[in-house]
Amino acid sequence: MSSEDPLFDYTLRLGDSCIVLAQRISEWVGHAPILEEDIGIANIALDLVGQGRLWLDLAGEIEGQGRDADALAYHRDAGAYRNHLLTEQPNGDFGQTIMRQFLFDAWYLPLLKGLSQSNDSRVAAIAEKAAKEASYHHARHTDLVISLGDGTEESHDRMQAALDVLWPYTGEMLTADKIDGTLCEAGTAPDLAGIEQVWNDHVSKTLTAATLTQPESNFMQSGGKAGRHSEHLGFLLAEMQFLQRAYPDAVW
Amino acid sequence: MYAQMVKTDTTSVKTREEMSAEERAFQDRVDADIKIEAKDWMPENYRKTLIRQISQHAHSEIVGQLPEANWLTRAPTLERKAILLAKIQDEAGHGLYLYCAAETLGVSRDELTEQLLTGKAKYSSIFNYPTLTWADVGTIGWLVDGAAIMNQVPLQRCSFGPYSRAMIRVCKEESFHQRQGYDALMKMCLKGTAAQKAMCQDAFNRWWWPSLMMFGPPDKESVHSAQSMAWKIKLNSNDELRQKFVDQTVPQAEYLGLEIPDPNLSWNEERGHYDFGEIDWSELFSVVRGDGPCNRERLAARRKAWDDGAWFREGLMAHAEKKSARKDTQKNAA
Repeated sequence: MSSEDPLFDYTLRLGDSCIVLAQRISEWVGHAPILEEDIGIANIALDLVGQGRLWLDLAGEIEGQGRDADALAYHRDAGAYRNHLLTEQPNGDFGQTIMRQFLFDAWYLPLLKGLSQSNDSRVAAIAEKAAKEASYHHARHTDLVISLGDGTEESHDRMQAALDVLWPYTGEMLTADKIDGTLCEAGTAPDLAGIEQVWNDHVSKTLTAATLTQPESNFMQSGGKAGRHSEHLGFLLAEMQFLQRAYPDAVW
Repeated sequence: MYAQMVKTDTTSVKTREEMSAEERAFQDRVDADIKIEAKDWMPENYRKTLIRQISQHAHSEIVGQLPEANWLTRAPTLERKAILLAKIQDEAGHGLYLYCAAETLGVSRDELTEQLLTGKAKYSSIFNYPTLTWADVGTIGWLVDGAAIMNQVPLQRCSFGPYSRAMIRVCKEESFHQRQGYDALMKMCLKGTAAQKAMCQDAFNRWWWPSLMMFGPPDKESVHSAQSMAWKIKLNSNDELRQKFVDQTVPQAEYLGLEIPDPNLSWNEERGHYDFGEIDWSELFSVVRGDGPCNRERLAARRKAWDDGAWFREGLMAHAEKKSARKDTQKNAA
């Protein structure tokens, strides 16, 4: 196996999305609107770091160049990252953070359920474990989107604004490229068309319950899966990779 | 730990003769190591002192998230990031059940939060120091959590039931925190580069004295201790715990190859303890007064979190009310 293997890029997408998202929500720890949210957000970051490590270790194994999760997380620049653009978007207010998590979970959970049926037993094992955690995240963020959307006028307006900002970053997760297609045909990954349907159902039901309006624009950003990122990722990685870069011979 | 210089509102400890019948019966229970529960009769000053002590402890856990979270996004490996996340999450959890323990005494969490944010309530002086390098994170685990355990282990036996039970749970997690801190330093000091070792020594130099101050002023100046000890909400004196901490920590520092930043530190064969230099108490009093390196930033960060989060809390409350109103309407229709 090698980095030519489509599964290398595919597992990087999953691992990088988890790690970048964990990095983003870690920024909230100690600064959340209420103590229970400090605990909740740290808990979710912890789950995502754990899942990110599993996906990246597997990516390293597939690549076969001796790189582990840390080598991949800390020693690649933005162009080599394969996370979805949604995950690297700035936190905004707490509502925007919750909306970003909700839109991500709505894709990630059904994907994990599909991947747990993968013909690659390593992929299936990670997906099965991750799905248990992701289903809790999915339920929590769905509840929060409904409560805040159907809360006060201010909370409603903030959630609508968050949805409008983040909406163009959702298309990329649901649109299959060559790698998705190849792995789907091989029985390693589920068909994204099926995931899109589940995503649409869940998102539209939740937004209705939250009294929020789904944006009409069909314009979607893309590029994260191919390593073309927004300006935000470079700063995120500069912070995350600082110690590894500044002390290259060190052990931690 | 994280409770320092807790006021007791008493000038001296009452003799048995000075006590009312209720106070005598209360003191007898305390002396017999029978736990006082929230609904039991207790002297008003006992209740007030406990609220101060427990809430100060809770506030310390909450503010204590900040110096460590400062390095969350820069943790050097994914494993260290996960460990640090778990640790900070534990601290917030400690805050949560300590607030619950305080609430059993008839005060609400919102009132206590208000006291923290207005500066009326204190939190431990230690969290007003900056975390300047990654080695500070390990050093906090080792020294700060180490000092906290020193104080909290005896508090598991304190007279107030809800507090003592909270301490049992807290202590289990704190000892994991101390070990992870020391583990991070072992890696850097024993297997790391010269630059890493220097980073650890620098962190140790900065945290050593503030850690010793965590135990509070010297016994001869500790005006509220006698009453708290009679009530068994403080079980050892400040100096006693400080000495125990120094005796435990010096060999650990030596194992790491770190130099103690105290030229007067030496083993006293006769006492069977380490002698150590004079602590700069003016620094402690200044930090407690609000003039430490990070007091203003820490409080500002907590205030910002609270103020910026108002719409979020209000939104959730409004939704909960709508939901229950809808339920009532459905019930009435049925």
